[in-house]
Amino acid sequence: MHAKTTTDMERKLQFEVGPATRDAFGKALAELGREDPDLVVVDADVSNSTRTEYFAKEFPDRFFQVGIAESNLVGIASGLAACGKHTWIASFACFMMCNAFDQLRMSVAFPGLPVKVAGSHSGISIGEDGPSQMGIEDVALAAALPGFAVVVPADGPAARAATRGLHAWDGPGYLRLGRPKVPIVYSDESLLRDFAVGKAIQLRDGKDVTLVANGMLVATALQAAEALAGRSINARVLDCHTVKPIDEDSLERAARDTGALVVCEEHISSGGLGAAVAYALSSRHPAPIEYVNLGDTYAESGTPQALLEKYGLTVDHMLAGAERALNRKP
Amino acid sequence: MTNKRPPSAELERIARTLRRHIITMTTRAGSGHPSSSVSMVEILVALFFGGILRHKPDQPDWPDRDRFILSKGHGCPGLYAVLAERGYFPVSWFPDLRQLGSPLEGHPNMTKAPGIEASTGSLGQGLSIGIGHALAARLEGRDYRTYVMIGDGESQQGQVWEAAMTASKYGLDNLTAICDFNHFQQTGRLEDVMPALEPLRHKWEAFGWYVMEIDGHNFNQIFAALDKVLGVKVKPQIIIARTVKGKGIRIIEEETAGNRKHGVPLTKEEADIALAELGE
Repeated sequence: MHAKTTTDMERKLQFEVGPATRDAFGKALAELGREDPDLVVVDADVSNSTRTEYFAKEFPDRFFQVGIAESNLVGIASGLAACGKHTWIASFACFMMCNAFDQLRMSVAFPGLPVKVAGSHSGISIGEDGPSQMGIEDVALAAALPGFAVVVPADGPAARAATRGLHAWDGPGYLRLGRPKVPIVYSDESLLRDFAVGKAIQLRDGKDVTLVANGMLVATALQAAEALAGRSINARVLDCHTVKPIDEDSLERAARDTGALVVCEEHISSGGLGAAVAYALSSRHPAPIEYVNLGDTYAESGTPQALLEKYGLTVDHMLAGAERALNRKP
Repeated sequence: MTNKRPPSAELERIARTLRRHIITMTTRAGSGHPSSSVSMVEILVALFFGGILRHKPDQPDWPDRDRFILSKGHGCPGLYAVLAERGYFPVSWFPDLRQLGSPLEGHPNMTKAPGIEASTGSLGQGLSIGIGHALAARLEGRDYRTYVMIGDGESQQGQVWEAAMTASKYGLDNLTAICDFNHFQQTGRLEDVMPALEPLRHKWEAFGWYVMEIDGHNFNQIFAALDKVLGVKVKPQIIIARTVKGKGIRIIEEETAGNRKHGVPLTKEEADIALAELGE
């Protein structure tokens, strides 16, 4: 792999650019297919975008193509799961969650069938295709389904770990994936050895403030923490990859140890990681919380970088959030 | 598991018993959909008592059982009645229909009562679920069949036609849909609400299905159709059963023209009259 780096040369901390999380998911799914003969995959005509095509090529007999029909996709997955098949479905995050939400509610969540749902092209970082293709409310919708686990991996290695973790998860689950290649946070894969759904990973210790992030913003949060260190502010960084069930213990520890938090996600303000963290801490250990997210708006077409800047998801926005949080500390 | 087909007088007696259960349990509950339940009673009797379904009521999760999925979930009093009469659970559960703690919820909940293959009640989803069961049979080399009961009003849901395409694509000849075409939906006659559903037969044929149309209250026609589908190869099949909403319950049949009885049980007084008219 070429040693390409992120374009933001002003930041001290640089990452190697790795695969998109959807790519890592596709490979992990094919890998699981070799281990689990009961694994089946159903697609609604986007397998070359979600990368379930890797599984399809290796296991054509266990791959079903239902055409552009997400509702039907979910129903068929429900029936397969009811017969004991370990069933994965994937589509764009927006179509998966928004188009087929009632089917996920009625045919999967309500009967508690362990269907695993992947939504790729989440967030605004898909760029030029624009808002109609952006899943920015998908985490809120998935988290609103009782019994669903909701996981948002930070990079390729984490996406592989999350795919395997959710495959073993005893219930329905949603895996949020992205379109662009992303920085590799877990170049040291030993950090993922104990990966577990529902268990946040502390990537950097600190005592002044905690940056809680998931998805591609974990790398951004590490860069922000490095920049804060230059200002003699020690920031803890938590990769809170699982939005539900949220890791209340790690969050409480962070609130106790650092006294202030900034929650960062590529999602609208309603119903995502920020809401889950606030809900947990308000009962466990209230502390000042600031937010870096999309707020309450749709985005537009543009390059991913331009969109992240315009809609407030950069290192600078995290630094400003940290400053607000620190100023609110008692 | 039964393969014997009882004489028609016996089947008719069982049908009356199911109708009595449906009226009694919904009137006692004070809510529910008796008219949507009684329109499919003869089909349920044929499936569960006519030697059509291969199943073991004492082993509801037997992997090789034939599946019956009630996609039009609001008709569940009918399903509950036939499941209990078949021995899946006791009829003593009926008085608690729709009450807190009862396994017999207002719409079918597969996690609560044995014999319920899918949790339904949000219309349009059962046929897709049935495809999942049919594909699983093929994957595992099992020869069970999957039957899915859908409603005529329900057939206005787009997902039904998404499923129709997929079942046809995969040549699921182990899948049989039955449409309880009782001509009424919540706000009125189907012919007024959505006349373009007809000609329904042509639509299914255009989607590649083997189509039969029958009188859904005539046991001879029901058995002829259910026997016929067993020999159909490559194509999924649909039996469009023309039925009467409220069939066998004079008070409902007469009032169905005004459609008061969608989702409305009989009063205690009406139920007494209906039960007397039904007989044992």
